[in-house]
Amino acid sequence: MQSDSVLLQVDSVSLSFGGTAALTDVSFDVRRGEIRAIIGPNGAGKTSMLNCISGFYRPQKGHIYFKGQDLTKVPAYKIASLGIARTFQNIALYTGLSTLDNLMAARHIHMKQNSLQSMLYWGKAQREEVAHREVVEEIIDFLEIAHIRKAIVGALPYGLRKRVELGRALALEPDLLLLDEPMAGMNVEEKEDMARFILDIHERRGVTIVLIEHDMGLVMDISDRVVVLDFGVKIADGTPEMIKQDENVIRAYLGQELI
Amino acid sequence: MAVLRPAGDFDRTYEQDMAVLRQRWQYIVLFLFLLALFTLPVYATDSAVSLVNRIGIFIIAVQGLNILTGYTGQISLGQAAFMTVGGYTSALLMSELGWNFFLALPAAALVAGIVGLIFGLPSLRVKGFYLVMATLGAQFIIPWITRNMFKDVLNGAQGISVPVPIIKLPVIANQCFLGTQYDSDLAACVFRFATPSQFIYITLVMLIITTVVSHNISRSRLGRAFISIRDNDLAAELLGINLFTYKLRAFFLAAVYAGISGSLLAHNLRHINSETVTLVDSVFFLGMLVAGGLGTSVGPIFGATLVTLLEEFATVITPVVISILPDVAAGATAALRPLVFGLALMLFLIFEPRGLAHRWILIKAAWRLRPFSH
Repeated sequence: MQSDSVLLQVDSVSLSFGGTAALTDVSFDVRRGEIRAIIGPNGAGKTSMLNCISGFYRPQKGHIYFKGQDLTKVPAYKIASLGIARTFQNIALYTGLSTLDNLMAARHIHMKQNSLQSMLYWGKAQREEVAHREVVEEIIDFLEIAHIRKAIVGALPYGLRKRVELGRALALEPDLLLLDEPMAGMNVEEKEDMARFILDIHERRGVTIVLIEHDMGLVMDISDRVVVLDFGVKIADGTPEMIKQDENVIRAYLGQELI
Repeated sequence: MAVLRPAGDFDRTYEQDMAVLRQRWQYIVLFLFLLALFTLPVYATDSAVSLVNRIGIFIIAVQGLNILTGYTGQISLGQAAFMTVGGYTSALLMSELGWNFFLALPAAALVAGIVGLIFGLPSLRVKGFYLVMATLGAQFIIPWITRNMFKDVLNGAQGISVPVPIIKLPVIANQCFLGTQYDSDLAACVFRFATPSQFIYITLVMLIITTVVSHNISRSRLGRAFISIRDNDLAAELLGINLFTYKLRAFFLAAVYAGISGSLLAHNLRHINSETVTLVDSVFFLGMLVAGGLGTSVGPIFGATLVTLLEEFATVITPVVISILPDVAAGATAALRPLVFGLALMLFLIFEPRGLAHRWILIKAAWRLRPFSH
C-alpha cells in the first residue's frame, strides 16, 4: 500500500463531534518532498484534518501512517519528535516569551539535558544551550526576524507573529511541516514574503509541506498536488491544473470566474 | 521588550549574551550585597535580623510557588500545607531518629515534594479555578492529619517542639575551632543555630541556592517547558512537551521549595503545629508573588520582602491608629495586617499588575543610557 516515496498516508479517516461529522472517510497521501495543499470552503474539515495528523484529535475510524508508523496510536506529545511540526490558524505562540525563547522552546525535543542539569545549568547543560542557540539563530537569520529576537511575542504585530510561529515550527527540524492558513489576514507584501519563505524551506531544507490556504492563485502556483474537501468529504485530488477544471470543485468552492 | 543593556556593553559570543552577570561592577555589587547580608548579625538589632530571617524563609516558599504558578501557570493554594509537611518531617527526623539537621532538611524537602506530587495529580485533568479548589484540599487534609492522627508522635493540635540545628566538629588537640563550643553531652565541638542571628546563616545559604536554582530553571530547557505549558498548553503538547510529567515536575519542585521553607521556619521558631502556617499564609504567598511579579526570578524576592515589611509596618502603626481612633479601631487590636495586605494587593492589581519586577525593569531601562535620554 505504501510506496517508498509516500511520507504520510491518510487512510479512510472519519472524525465526528457528537452527531456532527467533521471528516468522512477521507484518504490521501503526501509524497516525500512535495507541497501538498488542502483546500475547501469554510467548515470543510481542513483544520480538523491537520489536527488529526498532528495528534490533537483522534479520528474515530481510519489510520494515518507517517513513515510507516500509525499516528493514531502515538501520544500527541511524541508526534513532534517523529518529525511533524505545525503552525496554527489562530497563532498559538508562547506569548510571554521572547522570539528567541519561543524558538528555543521548540528545541525541547532535540535537547538532552535532564531537569537536574537544567537546574544546575553547568557544563553540559550550558554548552547545550549555546549549541541550540546557534541552530535557532540560523533560523532567525533565515526568516529575517533578527531585529525582534528579544521582543516578547505577545506584543508583536500579526504578520511578524505568523513568521515567528513558522520559525518555531522550523526549530523542530521537521520532515513534514503542516501550515494552517499561513497567509490569512496578510497584505500582498507579507503574503509574498511568506510564500518565499515556504518555497525556501521546501527547496533548501527539503521539508515536505502540507498547506491549508484560501488564496487560490497562490495555492495553484506553489503546490504540487491539491486535495479538495467539502463538508468533510474529499471531492477531488490531483494537480492544480486538474483541480481548476474539476466540475465538483468549481461548483463547491472555486466558482465560475476562475475558469 | 528588548533586553536592556547599558550603553557600550556588547556581546561577542552567545555565552556572553546569555550570562546573568555581565560586567565587573555587577559582580562587585553582588558581592557587597551578600557581604552586607552575612554580616547582618554584627551591626543590626536582633529584631531586624529576625525580620530578615523571616523574609528569607518566605522568599523560598514564594519562589516555589513562582515555579508552579508564575512559570507553569498552575495556581495553587497548597503551599503552606507543604511547608507544614516539611517542618514536621525535619523536626521528627531530628527528634525521633536523631538525624543531623543538614540531612533532615533535604529529606524534609523530598518528603514535601512527594506529597506535592500527590496533590498535583488533579492538575492533569483540571485547570484554573478548579485546580485552586483541588489544591485547597491539601490545605485542609494535611493540617487535619497533624491534628488528629498519630497523636503519640505528632502530639495533636498542640504540635511538637523542634530541635535546634547543630554542627558537630571533632575536638582537635583539645581545642574547638571555627567558633564552636565544647559540649560535654555530645563530647564534641558544637555550633548551635539557636538564635535568629545564628540561624540566619542557614537561611541565607539556602536562599542563595534556591535563588540560583530557580533562575537556572527559568533560563533552561525545564523552564521553557514550564512556560510553554502556561502560555499555550495545547501548542506545547504538539511541540513535544509531555504535559503530564512536566506539570508534576512543577508541583514537585514547588513542594520541595515549600518543604525547605517549612523546615527552616519550624527550626527557626523551634515549634510547629497545624496553625504555624495556614491557608491564610498560602493566600499571602500568592499575594506576595503577584506584588513581586509572576513568572520572574526577582518577583518572589521583591514580593515577599515588600509584603513582610508592610506587615511589620502594620504591626507598628496599630497602637498609633488605636490611640488616634479609639472608638473605631478599638476592636482591631489584632493588628492591621490583613487590612494593609488587602489594600496593598488591590493597589498593585490596579496600578502595577505586572508586579515590582516590571517596575524594576523600567528603572533599569531608565538608567541604561544615563545621562542621555535615549
